[in-house]
Amino acid sequence: MADRTGDNGKPPAEELPLLQVKDLKTYFFTRRGIVKAVDGVSLTVRRGEIRGVVGESGCGKSMTAMSILQLVDKPGRIVSGEVWFKGENLLARSRREMTAIRGKQIAVIFQEPKSSLNPVLKVSTQLLEVLKVHQDVGRLPRTEEAVKMLKEVGIPDPERRIHNYPHELSGGMAQRVMIAMGMACAPDLLIADEPTTALDVTIQAQVLDLIRTLRNERGMAVMLITHAMGVVAEMADVVTVMYAGTAVEEAPTLNLFDEPLHPYTRGLIASIPVMGQRKERLEVIPGRVPNLIDMPPGCRFAPRCRARVEHGLEKCTVEEPPMIEARPGHLVRCWLYEGDQR
Amino acid sequence: MAGYLLRRLTLAIPVLLGILFVTFSLARLLPGDPCHSALGEKATPEICAAFNERYGLNDPIPEQFRIYLRDVLRGDLGNSIKFGRPVTELMVERLPVTLELSFFAMTFAVLIGIPLGIVSAYYHNSAIDVGTMIWANIGVSMPVFWLGLMLSYLFGVALKDTPFWLPPTGRLTAGRIIEPFYQAWGLDVDGSALTLPGFIANINTLNALLVRDWAGFWDALKHMILPAMALGTIPLSIIARMTRSSLLEVLGLNYVRTARAKGVHELSVVVRHGLRNALLPVVTIIGLSLGSLMSGAVLTETVFGLSGVGRILYDSITGRDYTVVQGFTLVIAVMFVFINLIVDTLYAYLDPRIRLE
Amino acid sequence: MSTTDNLVEIRGLKVHFPVRAGILKRTVGVVKAVDGVDLDIRRGEILGLVGESGCGKTTVGRAILRLIPATAGTVRFDGKDLFSLKPSELKPLRREMQLVFQDPYSSLDPRSKVGDIVGEGLRVHGVTDRQERHERVRKALEMVGLQEEHMRRFPHEFSGGQRQRIGIARALVLNPKFIVCDEPVSALDVSIQSQVLNLLKDLQQELDLTLLFIAHDMSVVEHLCDRVAVMYLGKIVEVAERDELFRNPQHPYTRALMSAIPVADPRAKRERIILQGDPPSPLRPPSGCRFHTRCPEATELCAQREPALIDLGRAHLCACHLRQPEGQVAESVARVGG
Repeated sequence: MADRTGDNGKPPAEELPLLQVKDLKTYFFTRRGIVKAVDGVSLTVRRGEIRGVVGESGCGKSMTAMSILQLVDKPGRIVSGEVWFKGENLLARSRREMTAIRGKQIAVIFQEPKSSLNPVLKVSTQLLEVLKVHQDVGRLPRTEEAVKMLKEVGIPDPERRIHNYPHELSGGMAQRVMIAMGMACAPDLLIADEPTTALDVTIQAQVLDLIRTLRNERGMAVMLITHAMGVVAEMADVVTVMYAGTAVEEAPTLNLFDEPLHPYTRGLIASIPVMGQRKERLEVIPGRVPNLIDMPPGCRFAPRCRARVEHGLEKCTVEEPPMIEARPGHLVRCWLYEGDQR
Repeated sequence: MAGYLLRRLTLAIPVLLGILFVTFSLARLLPGDPCHSALGEKATPEICAAFNERYGLNDPIPEQFRIYLRDVLRGDLGNSIKFGRPVTELMVERLPVTLELSFFAMTFAVLIGIPLGIVSAYYHNSAIDVGTMIWANIGVSMPVFWLGLMLSYLFGVALKDTPFWLPPTGRLTAGRIIEPFYQAWGLDVDGSALTLPGFIANINTLNALLVRDWAGFWDALKHMILPAMALGTIPLSIIARMTRSSLLEVLGLNYVRTARAKGVHELSVVVRHGLRNALLPVVTIIGLSLGSLMSGAVLTETVFGLSGVGRILYDSITGRDYTVVQGFTLVIAVMFVFINLIVDTLYAYLDPRIRLE
Repeated sequence: MSTTDNLVEIRGLKVHFPVRAGILKRTVGVVKAVDGVDLDIRRGEILGLVGESGCGKTTVGRAILRLIPATAGTVRFDGKDLFSLKPSELKPLRREMQLVFQDPYSSLDPRSKVGDIVGEGLRVHGVTDRQERHERVRKALEMVGLQEEHMRRFPHEFSGGQRQRIGIARALVLNPKFIVCDEPVSALDVSIQSQVLNLLKDLQQELDLTLLFIAHDMSVVEHLCDRVAVMYLGKIVEVAERDELFRNPQHPYTRALMSAIPVADPRAKRERIILQGDPPSPLRPPSGCRFHTRCPEATELCAQREPALIDLGRAHLCACHLRQPEGQVAESVARVGG
């Protein structure tokens, strides 16, 4: 891996990424054992870029986001790692300091927009609450600001809508309200956790378009978490593929789809039907995701990996591969590319 | 909203009629008769015939019901067979006692139960939580009668001559009189008839406040503490458990996560986003508990020597005092209707998804 | 088209749900979930029924199986009018029509063993012999790639994909002719989706099944189905052979739907149509063409008159004023426009 970090562990200033997660581990301590939901994830988000994080359910993509915000519920706990945001390690911040960062510098939107809004509070109350908690004391936010916020996310008739309760909104509208809430303090990073999964296709297109537009206008970075390869292909500049609690591949979007390197990524791309590209049969990844309590030794994907068998690799079940820069800017966690390392 | 209330009240009329009919029939289906209860086992058939004639008990039962209904609509609940006084007069005497007791019992239950539930939910699975819930479970299974006796023994006998002593019986210390507020204010009313002033004056704590008799207020309040604790313990435990489980559920919901992600402070997350939503089921429980307080009130009033509705209902049922049973049941039913209405209205206020129309 | 090669013929199907409110539960409105659907399902085909949530596609599937009562219309299954059959006459037909649910988690009774879940239909339909039941359940499980030993296990021991296989086995055990698959893969992870899709395709070919495949995902439908029907707000707006539809979509809604789907190919060059607003409520559908409030091409006529579902040629049906059969002038448009 190219040495991008300086001596003191801090990245050099000239290409200081907005967010840099290093070897993050978040475990859940349950009665049945330790669930290693996030197990050594590293990823970076640069200013203004859309970073796609893709993976199937249980791969730890959402929990990575929650760990960045330190919103991991019991019995979960961040065990180790570093989360550098604008040159500071967030994991060293106090609870109070994190509260000031959440919603102001890092905003989040979630999968279920309607249940993510408080059912008994009006839209305006929930919108203005962000301003209230993050602005100077003594200055009360005004209703007009809520109207302005809704207007910016393209909600028609905002003067009327601010008086609505969440149950009076459609799913698409609720997600726009969530986005408006996220945008209120002009954050540097928007974490979008499956923002369109619960929405209909035509509404999904609207919301994705809105996120793209806001990114282009304001230059904030977006960490887009999704299970849908299509969403990543359309939105992301760079992609991290996650599997069973760790990142297995990382590349600019075009490179990833042109030449997926990791056998898991290849299987994933081949297994989804793509409109306009008909295949007689879809590829199938045999087996299932390993139990997060009882991870196989070596590479987590090894038990399901055909390439391992084809190439007769034995190392895979013994030692976990590191992230290897197999092509310029294209990292992969797979022993197949051990020789390609630059 | 007004239309809704009107419709609810209209719908209550058949309910009340039904209750009236059922109590009326049940009272007459009970074995035994008012004559022998009132005049003793040795009353001769002749005397009983005259007695029954006097109270209209010789008429066929449907006819009796018709006459009774007619009187009720005129505001006349009849005369007590046992006491020989109008039932309305008894009500002015007894109802305030029970209302006062229920009010303090419920206040005790809510003021302690909800905070306990919140603390328990917030420190979920901690020692505080486990301890609180053990106490709540003991509280629910505590017989009111026994708890009442224990409390009056502890505070009334064992702690005598300490500052913690509390009066174990009665409503006021013997000899203390709180001047009825209508007299103090120079109003010309008859306190014993069914009038609002008479009624209010009989709520000792309220009356004492109205005439600014602080010593009297404190004395009346002190007499209420033990009965209120005895009666309020079961609802307290129910409310605490309900608040806890409801808040725990709400704190795991998506919008609470959103609030945290917005940077709202933890206390504010729990109170503003959690509590209001969590209180919805608690409100229902409070409404239901108010109903069950009635049965507890009978025992509590017996233990603490209070002459309230519970006592008189019990006495009149055993004494076959039909008019009293019917009258008080009707009043309790009316209170029920209003409590339900208040709960539903409160619900709509707390939850905008519910529309009253 | 001769009627013999249609297994299911739906004519004028309407399913309306009353909306009740108030204490007396008076009907205050009607949700027109399905509002006049004509559709043929050919023997041995997989017909895709696509549309967004609330368009009525699930309701169509359930109404065909008589799981919910239809308000109007007829459904002929194998020539028999389903809605006029007595319960006793319907029962033998029930085994020929089965349903696979969307949610593999809630559609299996957690307290029953897999063998009992799959075998229940056999019991209901009078297969009393235990040995025979066991044998048929085993075969059904085998067909979906599960083994005999799975019969003794409970649903919670299975993953989502395996549960969906159990759901499919439950449908197959009665040797049906026709299966309604209601979003069978939407709740599954991508890599599991492909397993179930492949399985459905194989089973359909091996067993010569007719499938109604209800979905919201155009790419899945394109992969699996022979023909596709598109629904919007209780109506069918377009029906065509798969290749015809995907190469040459006609209805503006179909086009928008296709362009809205994120394609897992960053180099794909696509025209993007982003529809404005939300779909209207089926409680108060718009006048004329139901899509006119969001349609980028809408004209005055569209708000006034409802377009009929007409054949544009090559068995391509479309309900749009702006699309006319090949060679014909769009006269109605010309009239209003002029």
